[in-house]
Amino acid sequence: MKRHLYETLACLALAAFLYPPPAYAMHIMEGFLPLKWCVFWYAVTFPFLVLGIVSIRRRVQGDPRLKMLLGLAGAFTFVLSALKLPSVTGSCSHPTGLGLGAVLFGPAVMSVLGTIVLVFQALLLAHGGLSTLGANAFSMAVVGPFVAYGVYRGLLGLRLPAAVAVFAGAALGDFLTYVTTSLQLALAFPQDGSILAPLAKFMGIFAVTQVPLAVSEGLLTVVVFNLLAKYSRSELETLSALPREVKANARGT
Amino acid sequence: MRVGLKNAVMLLLVVVLVVSPLYLKRGAEFGGADGRAEEAISEVRPGYKPWCAPLWEPPSGEIESLLFAVQAAAGSSFVFYYLGYVKGRQRRE
Repeated sequence: MKRHLYETLACLALAAFLYPPPAYAMHIMEGFLPLKWCVFWYAVTFPFLVLGIVSIRRRVQGDPRLKMLLGLAGAFTFVLSALKLPSVTGSCSHPTGLGLGAVLFGPAVMSVLGTIVLVFQALLLAHGGLSTLGANAFSMAVVGPFVAYGVYRGLLGLRLPAAVAVFAGAALGDFLTYVTTSLQLALAFPQDGSILAPLAKFMGIFAVTQVPLAVSEGLLTVVVFNLLAKYSRSELETLSALPREVKANARGT
Repeated sequence: MRVGLKNAVMLLLVVVLVVSPLYLKRGAEFGGADGRAEEAISEVRPGYKPWCAPLWEPPSGEIESLLFAVQAAAGSSFVFYYLGYVKGRQRRE
Protein backbone atom coordinates (compact mmCIF):
# COMPACT_ATOMS: atom_id res chain seq x y z
CA MET A 1 0.00 0.00 0.00
CA LYS A 2 2.68 2.40 1.10
CA ARG A 3 4.87 1.32 -1.77
CA HIS A 4 2.02 2.05 -4.11
CA LEU A 5 1.85 5.55 -2.74
CA TYR A 6 5.52 6.19 -3.45
CA GLU A 7 5.19 4.87 -6.95
CA THR A 8 2.09 6.90 -7.62
CA LEU A 9 3.87 10.00 -6.45
CA ALA A 10 6.93 9.31 -8.54
CA CYS A 11 4.61 8.93 -11.53
CA LEU A 12 2.89 12.18 -10.62
CA ALA A 13 6.23 13.95 -10.48
CA LEU A 14 7.05 12.65 -13.92
CA ALA A 15 3.59 13.59 -15.13
CA ALA A 16 4.38 17.07 -13.90
CA PHE A 17 6.87 17.26 -16.77
CA LEU A 18 3.96 16.85 -19.12
CA TYR A 19 2.95 20.40 -18.40
CA PRO A 20 4.91 22.77 -20.54
CA PRO A 21 7.39 25.23 -19.10
CA PRO A 22 6.88 28.90 -19.84
CA ALA A 23 7.08 31.12 -22.84
CA TYR A 24 10.32 32.87 -22.15
CA ALA A 25 12.36 29.72 -21.90
CA MET A 26 15.77 30.80 -23.04
CA HIS A 27 16.52 28.12 -25.57
CA ILE A 28 17.39 28.17 -29.23
CA MET A 29 14.17 28.67 -31.14
CA GLU A 30 12.65 26.18 -33.57
CA GLY A 31 14.23 26.49 -37.00
CA PHE A 32 16.94 28.89 -35.86
CA LEU A 33 19.81 26.45 -36.13
CA PRO A 34 20.97 25.24 -39.57
CA LEU A 35 20.22 21.57 -40.21
CA LYS A 36 23.82 20.31 -40.00
CA TRP A 37 24.20 21.82 -36.52
CA CYS A 38 20.91 20.28 -35.41
CA VAL A 39 22.20 16.86 -36.44
CA PHE A 40 25.59 17.50 -34.86
CA TRP A 41 24.16 18.39 -31.44
CA TYR A 42 21.74 15.47 -31.50
CA ALA A 43 24.70 13.17 -32.08
CA VAL A 44 26.74 14.75 -29.28
CA THR A 45 23.89 14.56 -26.77
CA PHE A 46 22.71 11.04 -27.51
CA PRO A 47 25.43 9.12 -25.57
CA PHE A 48 24.68 11.18 -22.45
CA LEU A 49 21.04 10.13 -22.59
CA VAL A 50 21.98 6.47 -22.84
CA LEU A 51 24.35 6.94 -19.91
CA GLY A 52 21.58 8.71 -17.99
CA ILE A 53 19.01 5.95 -18.49
CA VAL A 54 21.51 3.33 -17.36
CA SER A 55 22.38 5.55 -14.40
CA ILE A 56 18.73 6.00 -13.34
CA ARG A 57 18.21 2.24 -13.45
CA ARG A 58 21.28 1.58 -11.39
CA ARG A 59 20.72 4.23 -8.75
CA VAL A 60 16.99 4.32 -8.24
CA GLN A 61 15.50 0.98 -9.15
CA GLY A 62 14.21 -1.06 -6.26
CA ASP A 63 14.42 1.81 -3.77
CA PRO A 64 11.12 3.70 -3.47
CA ARG A 65 12.73 6.28 -1.17
CA LEU A 66 15.12 7.25 -3.94
CA LYS A 67 12.35 7.25 -6.53
CA MET A 68 10.60 9.82 -4.42
CA LEU A 69 13.77 11.88 -4.07
CA LEU A 70 14.20 11.72 -7.85
CA GLY A 71 10.64 13.03 -8.07
CA LEU A 72 11.69 15.93 -5.86
CA ALA A 73 14.67 16.69 -8.12
CA GLY A 74 12.31 16.72 -11.10
CA ALA A 75 9.72 18.85 -9.33
CA PHE A 76 12.41 21.36 -8.33
CA THR A 77 13.51 21.69 -11.98
CA PHE A 78 9.89 22.15 -12.86
CA VAL A 79 9.34 25.01 -10.41
CA LEU A 80 12.59 26.80 -11.22
CA SER A 81 12.08 26.66 -14.97
CA ALA A 82 8.66 28.24 -14.39
CA LEU A 83 10.21 31.27 -12.72
CA LYS A 84 10.81 33.86 -15.38
CA LEU A 85 12.89 36.39 -13.54
CA PRO A 86 13.82 39.95 -14.44
CA SER A 87 17.51 40.66 -14.82
CA VAL A 88 19.82 43.67 -14.84
CA THR A 89 19.83 43.68 -18.65
CA GLY A 90 16.15 44.65 -18.64
CA SER A 91 15.08 41.31 -20.08
CA CYS A 92 13.94 38.06 -18.50
CA SER A 93 15.28 34.55 -18.34
CA HIS A 94 14.80 31.59 -16.04
CA PRO A 95 16.94 29.27 -13.95
CA THR A 96 17.20 25.58 -14.88
CA GLY A 97 16.99 23.85 -11.49
CA LEU A 98 19.10 20.93 -12.68
CA GLY A 99 21.96 21.49 -10.24
CA LEU A 100 20.13 20.01 -7.25
CA GLY A 101 19.47 16.69 -8.94
CA ALA A 102 22.99 16.59 -10.39
CA VAL A 103 24.48 16.98 -6.91
CA LEU A 104 22.21 14.26 -5.52
CA PHE A 105 22.05 11.68 -8.31
CA GLY A 106 25.01 12.51 -10.53
CA PRO A 107 24.85 14.48 -13.77
CA ALA A 108 23.73 11.84 -16.29
CA VAL A 109 20.43 11.28 -14.46
CA MET A 110 19.60 14.94 -14.90
CA SER A 111 20.47 14.80 -18.60
CA VAL A 112 17.43 12.57 -18.97
CA LEU A 113 15.09 14.69 -16.80
CA GLY A 114 16.27 17.92 -18.44
CA THR A 115 15.69 16.51 -21.92
CA ILE A 116 12.16 15.41 -20.99
CA VAL A 117 11.43 18.97 -19.86
CA LEU A 118 12.78 20.32 -23.15
CA VAL A 119 10.69 17.94 -25.26
CA PHE A 120 7.47 19.11 -23.69
CA GLN A 121 8.55 22.74 -23.81
CA ALA A 122 9.08 22.33 -27.52
CA LEU A 123 5.81 20.49 -28.12
CA LEU A 124 3.39 22.41 -25.93
CA LEU A 125 4.80 25.90 -25.49
CA ALA A 126 6.59 26.52 -28.75
CA HIS A 127 9.77 26.97 -26.77
CA GLY A 128 13.01 25.76 -28.02
CA GLY A 129 12.06 23.27 -30.70
CA LEU A 130 12.33 19.72 -31.93
CA SER A 131 14.95 20.66 -34.53
CA THR A 132 17.04 22.42 -31.89
CA LEU A 133 16.35 19.84 -29.17
CA GLY A 134 19.79 18.24 -29.43
CA ALA A 135 21.54 21.59 -29.04
CA ASN A 136 19.31 22.75 -26.18
CA ALA A 137 19.62 19.42 -24.40
CA PHE A 138 23.39 19.63 -24.71
CA SER A 139 23.58 23.08 -23.10
CA MET A 140 20.92 22.64 -20.42
CA ALA A 141 20.86 18.93 -19.68
CA VAL A 142 24.49 17.97 -20.33
CA VAL A 143 26.74 20.98 -19.71
CA GLY A 144 24.64 22.34 -16.81
CA PRO A 145 24.46 19.17 -14.67
CA PHE A 146 28.02 18.05 -15.45
CA VAL A 147 29.42 21.44 -14.47
CA ALA A 148 27.28 21.49 -11.32
CA TYR A 149 28.39 18.01 -10.34
CA GLY A 150 32.06 18.62 -11.16
CA VAL A 151 32.20 21.89 -9.22
CA TYR A 152 30.36 20.34 -6.26
CA ARG A 153 32.69 17.33 -6.05
CA GLY A 154 35.76 19.50 -6.66
CA LEU A 155 34.94 21.92 -3.87
CA LEU A 156 34.09 19.10 -1.47
CA GLY A 157 37.51 17.69 -2.29
CA LEU A 158 38.99 21.01 -1.17
CA ARG A 159 37.14 20.48 2.12
CA LEU A 160 34.81 23.42 1.63
CA PRO A 161 31.41 23.23 3.36
CA ALA A 162 28.70 21.37 1.42
CA ALA A 163 26.52 24.51 1.24
CA VAL A 164 29.29 26.47 -0.51
CA ALA A 165 29.92 23.61 -2.92
CA VAL A 166 26.20 23.28 -3.74
CA PHE A 167 25.86 27.02 -4.28
CA ALA A 168 28.86 27.25 -6.60
CA GLY A 169 27.88 24.09 -8.48
CA ALA A 170 24.28 25.13 -9.12
CA ALA A 171 25.15 28.74 -9.98
CA LEU A 172 27.97 27.82 -12.40
CA GLY A 173 25.93 25.04 -13.98
CA ASP A 174 23.14 27.53 -14.65
CA PHE A 175 25.51 30.20 -15.98
CA LEU A 176 27.52 27.89 -18.24
CA THR A 177 24.31 26.51 -19.74
CA TYR A 178 23.69 29.92 -21.26
CA VAL A 179 27.34 30.44 -22.19
CA THR A 180 27.01 27.18 -24.13
CA THR A 181 23.83 28.42 -25.83
CA SER A 182 25.75 31.56 -26.92
CA LEU A 183 28.62 29.44 -28.21
CA GLN A 184 26.27 27.17 -30.16
CA LEU A 185 24.66 30.16 -31.86
CA ALA A 186 28.04 31.75 -32.59
CA LEU A 187 29.33 28.50 -34.14
CA ALA A 188 26.27 28.32 -36.35
CA PHE A 189 26.40 32.00 -37.34
CA PRO A 190 30.05 33.04 -37.70
CA GLN A 191 30.72 36.51 -39.09
CA ASP A 192 33.51 36.87 -41.68
CA GLY A 193 34.78 33.43 -40.75
CA SER A 194 35.17 34.29 -37.07
CA ILE A 195 32.93 33.33 -34.20
CA LEU A 196 34.25 36.00 -31.83
CA ALA A 197 32.01 38.92 -32.76
CA PRO A 198 28.77 36.90 -32.75
CA LEU A 199 29.89 35.14 -29.58
CA ALA A 200 30.26 38.49 -27.82
CA LYS A 201 26.84 39.49 -29.10
CA PHE A 202 25.04 36.33 -27.97
CA MET A 203 26.90 36.28 -24.65
CA GLY A 204 25.73 39.86 -24.10
CA ILE A 205 22.16 38.63 -24.46
CA PHE A 206 22.13 35.24 -22.77
CA ALA A 207 25.07 35.10 -20.39
CA VAL A 208 24.88 38.61 -18.92
CA THR A 209 21.14 38.27 -18.32
CA GLN A 210 21.83 35.01 -16.54
CA VAL A 211 24.33 36.28 -13.94
CA PRO A 212 21.87 37.39 -11.19
CA LEU A 213 19.61 34.45 -12.02
CA ALA A 214 22.47 32.02 -11.57
CA VAL A 215 23.09 33.49 -8.11
CA SER A 216 19.40 33.10 -7.28
CA GLU A 217 19.43 29.51 -8.50
CA GLY A 218 22.50 28.80 -6.36
CA LEU A 219 20.77 30.19 -3.28
CA LEU A 220 17.49 28.36 -3.86
CA THR A 221 19.35 25.11 -4.44
CA VAL A 222 21.18 25.50 -1.13
CA VAL A 223 17.85 26.19 0.65
CA VAL A 224 16.42 22.87 -0.52
CA PHE A 225 19.71 21.03 -0.05
CA ASN A 226 19.89 22.22 3.57
CA LEU A 227 16.42 20.86 4.24
CA LEU A 228 17.29 17.55 2.60
CA ALA A 229 20.52 17.28 4.59
CA LYS A 230 18.44 17.74 7.73
CA TYR A 231 15.37 15.61 7.02
CA SER A 232 16.43 13.24 4.23
CA ARG A 233 19.87 12.34 5.47
CA SER A 234 19.51 8.59 5.02
CA GLU A 235 18.66 8.99 1.32
CA LEU A 236 21.58 11.39 0.82
CA GLU A 237 23.89 8.91 2.50
CA THR A 238 22.63 6.08 0.32
CA LEU A 239 23.53 8.23 -2.69
CA SER A 240 26.82 9.29 -1.03
CA ALA A 241 25.87 12.87 -1.87
CA LEU A 242 27.27 14.31 1.37
CA PRO A 243 30.87 15.05 2.30
CA ARG A 244 32.45 12.42 4.52
CA GLU A 245 32.86 14.59 7.62
CA VAL A 246 29.18 15.43 7.62
CA LYS A 247 28.34 11.76 7.49
CA ALA A 248 30.62 11.06 10.43
CA ASN A 249 28.98 13.84 12.42
CA ALA A 250 25.56 12.50 11.67
CA ARG A 251 26.48 9.10 12.99
CA GLY A 252 28.01 10.66 16.10
CA THR A 253 24.86 12.54 17.04
CA MET B 1 16.47 25.93 13.82
CA ARG B 2 19.76 27.28 12.53
CA VAL B 3 18.92 25.82 9.15
CA GLY B 4 15.65 27.73 9.18
CA LEU B 5 17.41 31.01 9.86
CA LYS B 6 20.07 30.44 7.19
CA ASN B 7 17.39 29.55 4.67
CA ALA B 8 15.34 32.63 5.56
CA VAL B 9 18.38 34.86 4.93
CA MET B 10 19.04 33.18 1.58
CA LEU B 11 15.41 33.50 0.50
CA LEU B 12 15.53 37.18 1.40
CA LEU B 13 18.63 37.56 -0.78
CA VAL B 14 16.79 35.94 -3.68
CA VAL B 15 13.95 38.42 -3.27
CA VAL B 16 16.46 41.29 -3.36
CA LEU B 17 18.09 39.85 -6.50
CA VAL B 18 14.74 39.53 -8.24
CA VAL B 19 13.30 42.88 -7.24
CA SER B 20 16.36 45.10 -7.72
CA PRO B 21 16.48 44.82 -11.56
CA LEU B 22 12.92 46.15 -11.64
CA TYR B 23 14.19 49.25 -9.89
CA LEU B 24 17.58 49.52 -11.60
CA LYS B 25 16.09 49.14 -15.07
CA ARG B 26 12.87 51.08 -14.68
CA GLY B 27 11.05 51.36 -17.97
CA ALA B 28 12.79 48.40 -19.62
CA GLU B 29 10.61 45.89 -21.44
CA PHE B 30 11.62 42.76 -19.54
CA GLY B 31 10.85 40.57 -22.52
CA GLY B 32 12.46 37.21 -23.10
CA ALA B 33 16.17 36.95 -23.88
CA ASP B 34 15.36 34.54 -26.70
CA GLY B 35 13.42 37.23 -28.54
CA ARG B 36 16.54 39.40 -28.47
CA ALA B 37 18.59 36.49 -29.76
CA GLU B 38 16.29 36.28 -32.78
CA GLU B 39 17.04 39.92 -33.51
CA ALA B 40 20.76 39.32 -33.07
CA ILE B 41 20.67 36.43 -35.53
CA SER B 42 18.99 38.60 -38.13
CA GLU B 43 21.72 41.23 -37.60
CA VAL B 44 24.57 38.71 -37.90
CA ARG B 45 22.97 36.87 -40.82
CA PRO B 46 20.47 39.17 -42.54
CA GLY B 47 17.90 37.21 -44.43
CA TYR B 48 18.16 34.06 -42.33
CA LYS B 49 14.77 32.38 -42.34
CA PRO B 50 13.90 29.74 -39.77
CA TRP B 51 13.55 26.52 -41.76
CA CYS B 52 10.79 25.07 -39.64
CA ALA B 53 8.13 26.34 -37.25
CA PRO B 54 6.72 25.05 -33.94
CA LEU B 55 3.97 22.47 -34.37
CA TRP B 56 1.69 24.21 -31.88
CA GLU B 57 1.74 27.51 -30.04
CA PRO B 58 -0.36 28.60 -27.06
CA PRO B 59 -3.18 30.69 -28.55
CA SER B 60 -2.68 33.65 -26.20
CA GLY B 61 -0.59 35.13 -23.43
CA GLU B 62 -3.34 34.17 -20.99
CA ILE B 63 -3.21 30.51 -21.97
CA GLU B 64 0.55 30.65 -21.73
CA SER B 65 0.42 32.05 -18.21
CA LEU B 66 -2.20 29.45 -17.27
CA LEU B 67 0.18 26.67 -18.27
CA PHE B 68 2.95 28.48 -16.49
CA ALA B 69 0.98 28.79 -13.23
CA VAL B 70 -0.05 25.12 -13.40
CA GLN B 71 3.58 24.18 -13.88
CA ALA B 72 4.78 26.13 -10.85
CA ALA B 73 1.90 24.87 -8.70
CA ALA B 74 2.42 21.23 -9.69
CA GLY B 75 6.17 21.39 -9.07
CA SER B 76 5.98 23.12 -5.73
CA SER B 77 3.16 20.87 -4.51
CA PHE B 78 5.44 17.88 -4.86
CA VAL B 79 8.48 19.68 -3.40
CA PHE B 80 6.55 20.59 -0.26
CA TYR B 81 4.74 17.27 -0.03
CA TYR B 82 8.15 15.61 0.01
CA LEU B 83 9.64 17.98 2.60
CA GLY B 84 6.61 17.58 4.86
CA TYR B 85 6.77 13.83 4.47
CA VAL B 86 10.46 13.51 5.42
CA LYS B 87 10.06 15.94 8.29
CA GLY B 88 7.17 13.93 9.71
CA ARG B 89 9.09 10.70 9.18
CA GLN B 90 12.04 12.02 11.15
CA ARG B 91 9.84 13.12 14.02
CA ARG B 92 8.26 9.66 14.15
CA GLU B 93 11.63 7.95 14.45
